Amino acid sequence: MNSKIETPQLKNIAFDVEKIRKDFPILSEKVHGKNLCYLDNAATTHKPKTVIDALSKYYETINSNVHRGVHTLSELATNAYEGSRETVKNFINASSEKEIIFTRGTTESINLVAQTFGRQNLNEGDEVLITGMEHHSNIVPWQMICEEKKVILKVVPINEDGELLFEEFEKLINEKTKIVSVVYISNSLGTINPVKKIIEKAHSLGVPVLLDGAQAVQHLNVDVQELDCDFFAFSGHKIYGPTGIGILYGKKEMLESMPPYQGGGDMISKVTFEKTTYNELPYKFEAGTPNIADAIGLGKAIDYIKNIGIEKIAAYEKELLDYATEKLSEIEGLRIIGRAKEKCSVISFVFEDIHPHDIGTFLDFDGVAVRTGHHCTQPVMERFNIPATTRASFAMYNTKEEVDVLANSLKKVLEVFG
Amino acid sequence: MDNELRELYQQVILDHNKSPRNFRVIEHPSHQAEGYNPLCGDRIDVFVNVKDGVIEDISFQGKGCAISKASASLMSSIVKGKPVEEAEKLFAKFKDLITGKLGENPDLEEIGKLAVLAGVKEFPARVKCASLAWHTMINAINEEKNLVTTE
Repeated sequence: MNSKIETPQLKNIAFDVEKIRKDFPILSEKVHGKNLCYLDNAATTHKPKTVIDALSKYYETINSNVHRGVHTLSELATNAYEGSRETVKNFINASSEKEIIFTRGTTESINLVAQTFGRQNLNEGDEVLITGMEHHSNIVPWQMICEEKKVILKVVPINEDGELLFEEFEKLINEKTKIVSVVYISNSLGTINPVKKIIEKAHSLGVPVLLDGAQAVQHLNVDVQELDCDFFAFSGHKIYGPTGIGILYGKKEMLESMPPYQGGGDMISKVTFEKTTYNELPYKFEAGTPNIADAIGLGKAIDYIKNIGIEKIAAYEKELLDYATEKLSEIEGLRIIGRAKEKCSVISFVFEDIHPHDIGTFLDFDGVAVRTGHHCTQPVMERFNIPATTRASFAMYNTKEEVDVLANSLKKVLEVFG
Repeated sequence: MDNELRELYQQVILDHNKSPRNFRVIEHPSHQAEGYNPLCGDRIDVFVNVKDGVIEDISFQGKGCAISKASASLMSSIVKGKPVEEAEKLFAKFKDLITGKLGENPDLEEIGKLAVLAGVKEFPARVKCASLAWHTMINAINEEKNLVTTE
């Protein structure tokens, strides 16, 4: 793993969760009179004050359109927006800012690739390869283009522990495969996929790989050059940044060969009624006035993470995961869904006779926010023959005390339903 | 336990959840339908035997939360033996009850034991749980061929 992003002088400072918690105003909120115990971080994370302040500061001091005016505010806004692109570039170690495209989020990033690369390269009889643990956002965009182009969508199965069957992947990928699109970390199971091995195998057959990194960038160090992925997608709001902003990274030569996604302002260099010349990268893929404020907010969120250090965050979250796994395993009748050896801080679980919705309502009255349902991964639920799970997902600001609150609250649920 | 929570999960509801009434399959029913709640992935099958406009027998199967299971159980026991028309009227009243449209002091005589589900009105996210079985039954009777969803 690459450790370039860590600020050297901070390396020896211990991880101080109480100090971090103070940076997140929402964490002092009460729910039903109880301290908020927010364990729904795989759905969305909270925002530190620096991100929240950056949004109002942008609107209060430099709001204007980017890449347009020659006036001062426009220049300042453009600098801030492009500065954020550079921050993202450094964060995932892309080789150039041209490879960083601002989107609305992971979903739009994947749709962009499906509708441009997919439309251009997929022909009848070709295959697209995904896995059995994809979020709907990495299934449906491919289904749409596959249906249109009469292309076959193939799915790599997973085992009882929620791990990808790599040997099945090796069997399914072939000369008809035109792209592999795979989730880095599963949002419902927490499984960390062996993406490096997947990419190596795919590249040995000349097949490009898209990584859905929505659950990855906030938990582990991502170096797109080291991974050698062709595309990498993630969302701002899952990495302590604002909603409505996300990233598509693409290798320059891939992005250059692809047609534009949407047409409009900013993505052109010359327009006549006869012909339009498209703008250079990354603007070719950013039609219309972009989400300037939230792009700047995302940059601030990344700065915040970098100041703490992603390795420190990963180590702390691993500690939380181990503690929570141990605590929850002690609860009678609780079955954890997703027991991958390589796992991040997500625990999905079920009880034989207690429905997740009832659990969710009870926990809420103790201030505990968890996700209940299918987590936009219905095929995963089907795989395990369950309608839904309760999912606790931890972030860097969660504590062992909060794990105890969850465990105690679950015990109360058992008293009522058990 | 918090009062609102206690109101929602009354003992009657917990009992019906644990031992649901009419939780079985009717072989060769005159009507049947599958209900689906896309929010939580719950599915329910409702089987009905209607003769001369009267619900002679009704049953259900499926997986769901305590609210949806208890609601299906209560529904099946209350509509059995009633004319279809009456069941439809009951559903209308029940919908008003769980969405809080009956006001502060509603006349609950007509809906009888369904009143235990009144607590749902404080939990808008759970209205669909309580109404899934009813929607499915009505669609079964109306012979809607399509899968019922609460969306």
